[in-house]
Amino acid sequence: MRLSIGPITYFWERQQVLDFYRQAADSAAEIVYLGEVICSKRRLVKSEDWFAIGRELRQGGKEVILSSLTLLEAASEVSSLKKLCSNDEFTVEANDISAVQLLSKAGRQFVTGPSVNIYNSRTLEILAGKGLKRWVLPVELGLDTLADLQAGRPAGLETEVFALGRLPLAYSARCYTARSLNLPKDDCRFKCIDYPDGRLLKTREDQPFLVLNGIQTQSALTHQVLDGLPQLAALGVDVLRLSPQHQHSMEIIGLFDAARKGAALEPLTRELTELLPLGACNGYLVGQAGMHSGPGARHENQQAS
Amino acid sequence: MELVCPAGNLPSLKAAVDNGADAVYVGFKDDTNARHFAGLNFTQRTFESAIRYAQDKGRKVYVAINTFPQPKGFERWKAAVDEAASHGVDALIMADMGVLDYASRRWPDLRLHLSVQASVTSAEGIRFYFENFGIRRVVLPRVLSVSQVAQVITESPVPVEVFGFGSLCVMVEGRCLLSSYATGRSPNTYGACSPASHVRWEETGDGTNTRLNGVLIDHYGEGEKAGYPTLCKGRFQVGEHTFYALEEPTSLNTLSILPELRKIGVSAIKVEGRQRSPAYVAQVTAVMRAAIDDCMRKPADYRPEERWMKQLADVSEGSQTTLGAYHRPWQ
Repeated sequence: MRLSIGPITYFWERQQVLDFYRQAADSAAEIVYLGEVICSKRRLVKSEDWFAIGRELRQGGKEVILSSLTLLEAASEVSSLKKLCSNDEFTVEANDISAVQLLSKAGRQFVTGPSVNIYNSRTLEILAGKGLKRWVLPVELGLDTLADLQAGRPAGLETEVFALGRLPLAYSARCYTARSLNLPKDDCRFKCIDYPDGRLLKTREDQPFLVLNGIQTQSALTHQVLDGLPQLAALGVDVLRLSPQHQHSMEIIGLFDAARKGAALEPLTRELTELLPLGACNGYLVGQAGMHSGPGARHENQQAS
Repeated sequence: MELVCPAGNLPSLKAAVDNGADAVYVGFKDDTNARHFAGLNFTQRTFESAIRYAQDKGRKVYVAINTFPQPKGFERWKAAVDEAASHGVDALIMADMGVLDYASRRWPDLRLHLSVQASVTSAEGIRFYFENFGIRRVVLPRVLSVSQVAQVITESPVPVEVFGFGSLCVMVEGRCLLSSYATGRSPNTYGACSPASHVRWEETGDGTNTRLNGVLIDHYGEGEKAGYPTLCKGRFQVGEHTFYALEEPTSLNTLSILPELRKIGVSAIKVEGRQRSPAYVAQVTAVMRAAIDDCMRKPADYRPEERWMKQLADVSEGSQTTLGAYHRPWQ
């Protein structure tokens, strides 16, 4: 299985982004997804910067994919998307059907991200006919459904699984980070920059529950499938996606690299959990609530194998 | 502007038709539609009566088959399509590409509407479904401002339907997994958000807790009216503050912008609420009918009547309403 680095979902300082990809160049990941997928107002890294970063990574042997914005609202966002989809340097990850339409009309091969709803084989076939070369399983689907989808997978199509990261759960017209600071979206003062792993939302019992990331809502726990690697490999999964977090991303890539090379999973999983902001979950993988985790989920994994 | 009203059962359907709906939308009693609630929706027998009642009075019947089947369930979605089509419904409201493909090939003459659950917010996205499956209408998610809706209408190859009243999804529909994160069941997979099977009401010494699969969604003090624990409408802590971090319990109400919606070329207005009572359907349909008629007759002079606003507030979540994303400051 290859490893990919998913797009950075948070708003980071420009220098931090540049440093991140300098490190990524030396990492064990084979594929890197680049670009802003959440909010078109985040422009510290500009379009030409992404291309420059992409060229450098490609020179170093990485497969580079440019990721598109997930929720399109303004006409200007559609214009940017059109520009992205007509670039002739890099493959594009479509995070919305609009991008699928533009890329397929242009006769370009493309990847779909986790927010494109591919829940059954017929959908997979239709998109394969449009130029889909790799798809990411929607995060709420588990091993059982993945097995069925893999069984009916069109020839040559690659499957990627969201393997590590706070789960992308929802997108809205409303900016929740701005709302949490009592600011209107149109005058957000780019406050997302203060929350490089998103802003935590807890229940009134202090249970960490969700994370606000601008217009996106993520899980507070970090979804991880490290201990499910044998099952994913057995199902013919081609790529594991690791979603960047503010700290320890390169160490995490190292752990997944060790795991795919056959190192014992239990100590690696323990080590991984220490590197996550607020602990792990993996319920979706085994057909449970996404927030669930631990021995129960692991137990079912073992049964599945 | 066509008025499209919800019906979770036969009495609601009659209420919608009798109070002036141009079309009603319904679903079957399973997970093929996004209001998969116990005691709701239509069996084969009630479905036949429903179609007859509406069509005899010249109204249309749309069937929502708008969830996303996984491989094991796909046959059930095909069966739902066949059932609806063979009864001569006026349109299907659909979201999944695979099911749209099946319906468009098996029933080429049947009208297909793209459900809000397909999560399409741009003309390019609409074109995908138009070119591949021949959809003849799109229902837009509740994430666009009025000017953004206008932009989509200008470029869309098919007429556009928008939400006019009802419970407000604050996340873009079809791509919201909050409910399955907490319960394992989402609108996409199961046809329900914050499902009743996972809800617990808990009396505490100082009031009521509402929980969803154990997660505290809200706490209500003595005398405070406890609401249903819809995940995005609870009170949570962010930083130092405890508040409705995502959205208040509130309903969408577009009465005040009907002339704008008309002017930008909206073709149909949808009322949310198949899970609500026949009394709700009757009340909302009557008010929306009167308002749309008034607005079409004299758009320049149209003002929503105070009594309409009160009648709608009375059946709203938390007794309050909002313009939602249509109104920029809400965002």
